[in-house]
Amino acid sequence: MIDRTILRRATLAGAAALAVFGLASPAFAQKTRLTVYTALENDQLDPFKKAFEADNPTIEIAWVRDSTGVVAAKLMAEKDNPRADIIWGLAASNVGLMASMGMLEPYTPAGSTALNPMFLSGKSPQTWVGMDAYLSLVCFNTAEGKKGNKPVPTSWADLIKPEYKDSIVMPNPASSGTGYLTIAAWLQIMGEEAGWKYMDALHQNIAQYIHSGSAPCVQAAKGERLIGIGLDTRGASEKTKGAPLELVIPKEGLGWELEVTAIVKGTKNLDAAKKLADWAVTKKANELYAKTYPIVAYPGVANTPPNYPPNLEKVMVKNDVEWMAKNRDRILAEWTKRYDGKSAPKAK
Amino acid sequence: MSLAAPAVKPGMSRDDLMMRGGVVLLAGVLLVMLGLPLWSLLAKGFEDRDGKFIGLANYVSYFSTPALFQSALNSLQVASITTVIVVPLAFLYAYALTRTVLPMRWLFQGISLIPIFAPSLLPGLALIYLFGTQGFFKALLGSGSIYGIDGIVIAQVFYCFPHATLILTTALATSDARLYEAADVLGASKRRVFFTVTLPGAKYGLISAALVVFTLVMTDFGIAKVIGGNFNVLATDVYKKVIGQQDFSMGAVVGMVLLAPAALAFLVDRLVQRKQVALLTARAVPLVPRPKLGRDLFFTLFCAAVSAAILTILGMAIWGSLIKYWPYNLSLTLDNYDFARFDANGWESYWNSVRMALGAAVFGTVLMFTGAWLNEKTRGFGAMRGVVQFLAFLPMAVPGLVLGLGYIFFFNAPNNPLNFLYATMGILVLNTVAHFYTVGHLTATTALKQIDPEFEAVSASLKVPIWKTFVRVTAPICLPAILDIAIYLFVNAMTTVSSVIFLYAPDTKLASVAAVNIEEAGTTAAAAALCVVIVLTSAAVKAAHLVADRFLFARLQVWRRR
Repeated sequence: MIDRTILRRATLAGAAALAVFGLASPAFAQKTRLTVYTALENDQLDPFKKAFEADNPTIEIAWVRDSTGVVAAKLMAEKDNPRADIIWGLAASNVGLMASMGMLEPYTPAGSTALNPMFLSGKSPQTWVGMDAYLSLVCFNTAEGKKGNKPVPTSWADLIKPEYKDSIVMPNPASSGTGYLTIAAWLQIMGEEAGWKYMDALHQNIAQYIHSGSAPCVQAAKGERLIGIGLDTRGASEKTKGAPLELVIPKEGLGWELEVTAIVKGTKNLDAAKKLADWAVTKKANELYAKTYPIVAYPGVANTPPNYPPNLEKVMVKNDVEWMAKNRDRILAEWTKRYDGKSAPKAK
Repeated sequence: MSLAAPAVKPGMSRDDLMMRGGVVLLAGVLLVMLGLPLWSLLAKGFEDRDGKFIGLANYVSYFSTPALFQSALNSLQVASITTVIVVPLAFLYAYALTRTVLPMRWLFQGISLIPIFAPSLLPGLALIYLFGTQGFFKALLGSGSIYGIDGIVIAQVFYCFPHATLILTTALATSDARLYEAADVLGASKRRVFFTVTLPGAKYGLISAALVVFTLVMTDFGIAKVIGGNFNVLATDVYKKVIGQQDFSMGAVVGMVLLAPAALAFLVDRLVQRKQVALLTARAVPLVPRPKLGRDLFFTLFCAAVSAAILTILGMAIWGSLIKYWPYNLSLTLDNYDFARFDANGWESYWNSVRMALGAAVFGTVLMFTGAWLNEKTRGFGAMRGVVQFLAFLPMAVPGLVLGLGYIFFFNAPNNPLNFLYATMGILVLNTVAHFYTVGHLTATTALKQIDPEFEAVSASLKVPIWKTFVRVTAPICLPAILDIAIYLFVNAMTTVSSVIFLYAPDTKLASVAAVNIEEAGTTAAAAALCVVIVLTSAAVKAAHLVADRFLFARLQVWRRR
């Protein structure tokens, strides 16, 4: 009897689980359900989905959204039996690695020739196509600055001044893509030797290396720290919400990274995925990207989002994405050796 | 030669055969839920990034990094400090709940559980409101900072307290009043009674609680990530490798290193188990504490102090969920509860969480209690029972992200007949039950160990099949523990993040994951709001449990009173 009870309960639980999914599928039987993996901001998802589905009524987008690291890890772990049809909004460095592992279906979207060539993978056919660029800049809390009588920095060099001791947070490059693009930019602007020397000096002023690219500007916005080095969009959106924040563009230039679209090899909905890839390069789509990001792939679509410093395009450093990918392991090992091991408890 | 002879050893009854069959089945289920998924990730530790077998090369390179040693030391340090603080606290609290006359006992019992109702994000956020650079009580820390080991320890104590209290309450609740009466008659001092009757009786619970707390701290990365500052621990190392660099091979190596405490816990458990004797014999009489002013007053004050600390942290989070922009605009608003503004799924993910938690509570409780019973009451068959016991201990030491990724590798494999489960609610339930198997199993085992084997012996001599004893005697006696396990699973399913974050599908996003996403998007107040909704849900379920407990417990345990 007990065995039967267990069985019955297990069956019930199983049936309940099936019911949840069983209900979902037949309703959309006529439509193609496209599984889209993304690290886009949460508030972007709805407008993007609505706009695309309005133009493609036979396709329905089902999002799987999480932070960049989680989505990338999930895609790579699912490599042998992919569940995603297409990637729409993930960092180029992650997608580039997937391309080199043969995980992507090369496809040149119709209309991609109109894009700024910096936003293309350069392969023929394209493995991925860029949407927008995001940058790593400096967020300065003016309220806390006034309290402590600290001046607003204007350059990366300013950040190593002793007056900022223990008041800067930046993403840990070993856990955050934003962290890596920040230090890769320093190494490229200053050259390797001077770059490491700069980081040695900066290390004295760093209060914490955080495991997230967006947290530093949020912490600066909330006055937890005076200065955060991190993701531009987060700084701008915190300022819009009322944070006493100044977004500083260090005059030496900024590191950046692209968000891209790519079709996953092995998708059962290749036609629908191609339609989305085509739509993602249109002017209309780029206008949507521009609501969040100041720099997008389609030339001439300029709509600086609120509280963004203007003319960011000019301060982007000459960034060799391939160099970044190739040297990643070496740079991270060196960084970890220098700062991560001894960064633990500052024995005072 | 007789046909049946070689299969059945002399002395094996039908019961024995059935029980052994059950143990084998259980081992199979645990293997699929835990062993194989874990192995499919851990095996990557012996491969390079392209999947080529390279033996121990990853281990060599990892162990030659000085940062590892520091992380391992840090992990041990935090885990030891937390254990040393939590276990005595929880013991006193559990003692107060079970052995003293406490006014509003049910209230104190409920409050002690609040921390498991909360996603680990909540103490992190609340501590920043309390002790962060802009915090109310920043001055208390002097020149210190909440970001670092102090913050981790405070948050871990908060987070681990209910786990230890749950185990210790079970251990102290089932006691035999006759032992105390005897001690009284013999004129033993209070002190002597405590050290010769109370403590030995709770020994198994104490050791289990210490092991659980220690390994929980070792494997948790949520708290270390939010508030750990630069204090690296092994669990954040796994995070860096897996999420930061998508380096599964090195992640697997750290994951394997983290299994060491589990192996140790398993050995300690084996040693202790041999010496544990049943406390609740068939003739036992439950202990009903009698009022004693001094003692009761002390414990009431103690419980009030602990409860106040817990409520402060919760209260801070509630307040944080109602303000507009910390710390520059403290006016109040309810906007943060309109989740559709912060997450595309809005309230839908909340209902997914409730469904998942119910599934996990039903399926998990049946599996865990039946499993613990099979493993406890089967005679002989030591090797197979050892396998089950080991598998039951494993998940405690496995960081959620290791288990989550293991589930992808195992259940998503094209040739796995179970891969229809992938991306369903079913896999979330399975994963959650697996992830929280250890504490449920320990609670059930602790409760079962305190029941005299005489019950089974008598049943056997009356030719009552053992399963009937299970249904009619064992399960009803253990009903309080069974309900505790169900509640434990429900609340943990509501808050779990690190493993299920890899496994949800478009239709099955969970509230706990949504809270993390919302926090990452910078909307701290909305994340706090979602955490508060989760806490209130679990608190409501727990309240219902307390009411049910009162009636069921009262009816089913009446026979034990005099």
